[in-house]
Amino acid sequence: MTLLRDEKVRGILYQIITIVGFVLLVLYIAHNTSQNIEARGIKSGFEFLNHSSGFDITESPIPYTTKSTHWEVFKVGLLNTLIISFWGVLLTTILGLIIGVARLSPNWIISRLAATYIETFRNIPVLLQILFWYNVVLAAMPSVRQSYSFFDSVFLNQRGVFLPKPIFQDGSLYIGLALIVAVVIGWFVHKWAKKQHLESGKNYPVFWINLAILILLPTIVYIVTGKPIDFDYPALKGFNFVGGKTYTPEFLALLFALVIYTATFIAEAIRSGIEAVNKGQKEAAKSLGLTKMQSLKLVVLPQAIRIAIPPIISQYLNLIKNSSLAAAIGYPELVTVFAGTSLNVTGQALEIIAITMGTYLLISLIVSLILNWFNKKMKIKER
Amino acid sequence: MAVYQLKTAKEPPVKERGVIYWIRKNLLSSTTNILLTILSLYIIYIIVPPLIKWAFIDANFTGHAKSDCGGDGACWVFIREKLKMFIYGFFPEQQLWRANLTLFLGFVTIVIAVIEKVPKSIKIASIVILPIAAIVLLSGGIFGLEYIETNKWGGLLLTLVIATVGIVLSFPIGVLLAMGRQSKLPIIKTLSVSYIELIRGVPLITVLFMASVVLPLFFPEGMDFDKLVRALIGITLFQAAYVAENIRGGFQAIPKGQYEAADALGLTYGQKMRLIILPQAIKVAIPNLVGTFISLFKDTSLVMIIGLFDLLTMVKLTANDRDWLGFDTEGYVFVALIYWAFNFTMSRYSKHLEKKLDTNNRD
Repeated sequence: MTLLRDEKVRGILYQIITIVGFVLLVLYIAHNTSQNIEARGIKSGFEFLNHSSGFDITESPIPYTTKSTHWEVFKVGLLNTLIISFWGVLLTTILGLIIGVARLSPNWIISRLAATYIETFRNIPVLLQILFWYNVVLAAMPSVRQSYSFFDSVFLNQRGVFLPKPIFQDGSLYIGLALIVAVVIGWFVHKWAKKQHLESGKNYPVFWINLAILILLPTIVYIVTGKPIDFDYPALKGFNFVGGKTYTPEFLALLFALVIYTATFIAEAIRSGIEAVNKGQKEAAKSLGLTKMQSLKLVVLPQAIRIAIPPIISQYLNLIKNSSLAAAIGYPELVTVFAGTSLNVTGQALEIIAITMGTYLLISLIVSLILNWFNKKMKIKER
Repeated sequence: MAVYQLKTAKEPPVKERGVIYWIRKNLLSSTTNILLTILSLYIIYIIVPPLIKWAFIDANFTGHAKSDCGGDGACWVFIREKLKMFIYGFFPEQQLWRANLTLFLGFVTIVIAVIEKVPKSIKIASIVILPIAAIVLLSGGIFGLEYIETNKWGGLLLTLVIATVGIVLSFPIGVLLAMGRQSKLPIIKTLSVSYIELIRGVPLITVLFMASVVLPLFFPEGMDFDKLVRALIGITLFQAAYVAENIRGGFQAIPKGQYEAADALGLTYGQKMRLIILPQAIKVAIPNLVGTFISLFKDTSLVMIIGLFDLLTMVKLTANDRDWLGFDTEGYVFVALIYWAFNFTMSRYSKHLEKKLDTNNRD
């Protein structure tokens, strides 16, 4: 009995009970599952990944036919998830930044406008917003023959947006190389200017110099190599547009809703980051004689970013996870085609849900590793 | 001796006060500022007047049929005619009093929870009783109440049921998980951390899919779950992980001295948690918990994808009525307003709590 009074012994006992309970639960579930699967005549294992799927996918970045396997379905779904996430993260950062800065503007009207935007869209479920864009806004677009046209190269209608597509011919490689060279030169200019500044206090317009290099160098190469980049313009042939790059209404509705919804959270993160910077920091910068721009660039922003980045990255993660709501409108991303159609075709729910969850978990893990690395890098280095 | 007469201070110069000064300072202080003002006025001009025109001036408020709606404005007649669908779904007409009573009980519980003077025990009791009373009232089958299948529940009623049950059930599980994560026992800690991180790493929709297609496989044959129960299990399991993280934030905000003082008094682990740590941790975590509840309330709309008739699903169902084709815009706007009103109220309340708790700490 005295043994039970010992905290360590009790701790071990609790853990043994937990582990036994957990193992029993797993065994119970495994037993039931295997019986259920047998009774319902569902196959098990991952063999199905090699079977052909038998259904078509409307949008695929890689070649896909009805003969493709379920493994290909998974790849298409994952790629589409990554595509929508990439554009979503990019655009929501830009919009969130604009709204966040507008929210802090000394101009009363624009700050109220930004606040109204934030309070409106963050309080409406993102699924509702996706459906609204899809069923109301984009469904009201004109038919193919009455498309809105911009400069005869961009078209907007019921079937989506049609954009010119760049075609890279021989020699495009040199332009890419020129771009890389320009970036490298820019880096050296930056280093040189910083050294000059530290030694003599002189300032150079590094930003403008680098911008000029970045634009001029590739342009010159483009002209010298004989303009190797062509554009494939969409053109109306028969009942639809042919050529160019097409973005379907499903893609656009999902993208708009995700961007508009997530931007509200990004804007709030940026605002609270800037507001969290100690007032004394701004006053100290002022008393050192820094201009408003210098104070913002050298004192406020570096500290604000440190506070704002972790919540922003977790919003990126939310955006990636919310892209799974495409299941409601049928944009063929991971959940729609793999956890939806493939599951219905094969009936192997256990395996498919496990793979889907594992994939999202892996994405989350990678993003949080980046976040941790960033936090470590940005940590204030104290003497 | 000269007596100093107190003179009233002069008013600031005209340029430094009044409406004109405010406008000059806030809207027209520099060239960029003037441009921004013009830009924002233009944005307001292109959005607000058409919206007011659509929602009020050109809108139709009277009548009973589609033919009563003409012109370009909104057809609010549609919302009025379908209001029952939006709020109760397919709940039987004669039994509506049960749904109304449930909604009323929910309202009373919120009032009890918000009023500060009510003792904590009554608050907790009412929050625990509410879901039980709601399920008995809505589903029936006992006390002579007619049994109503869950697939008849719908609309706002269903959304509120899912949100309330999710919030109430996920809370104790979340607290246990948070305690597990703080635990010194490695196995318990590992299990809690794995669960929390696993759930937080995947989208809710995959958890709902799992609850609706995989969960039935886990139990012996013949043990069939209702569709709604499956969704509730999924949402509760999902929400618990987020609640756990909020409570953990509360744990971390408590000074170490509180733990040590409790140990020094010879309290057991249970007493320490129940009497010292949890009351403080939960208090600190409340604003964040409200934030999580707002997310949950928005996330309830996802049950639409697994085929339940919640508030959002009602838009599609009502707009597919052959007599009322093509009114999804009004439906979406109306439903968005309901969601918005609930979430906005909750977020304001959380801000209010944050302020109140903030001053308490400074005393």
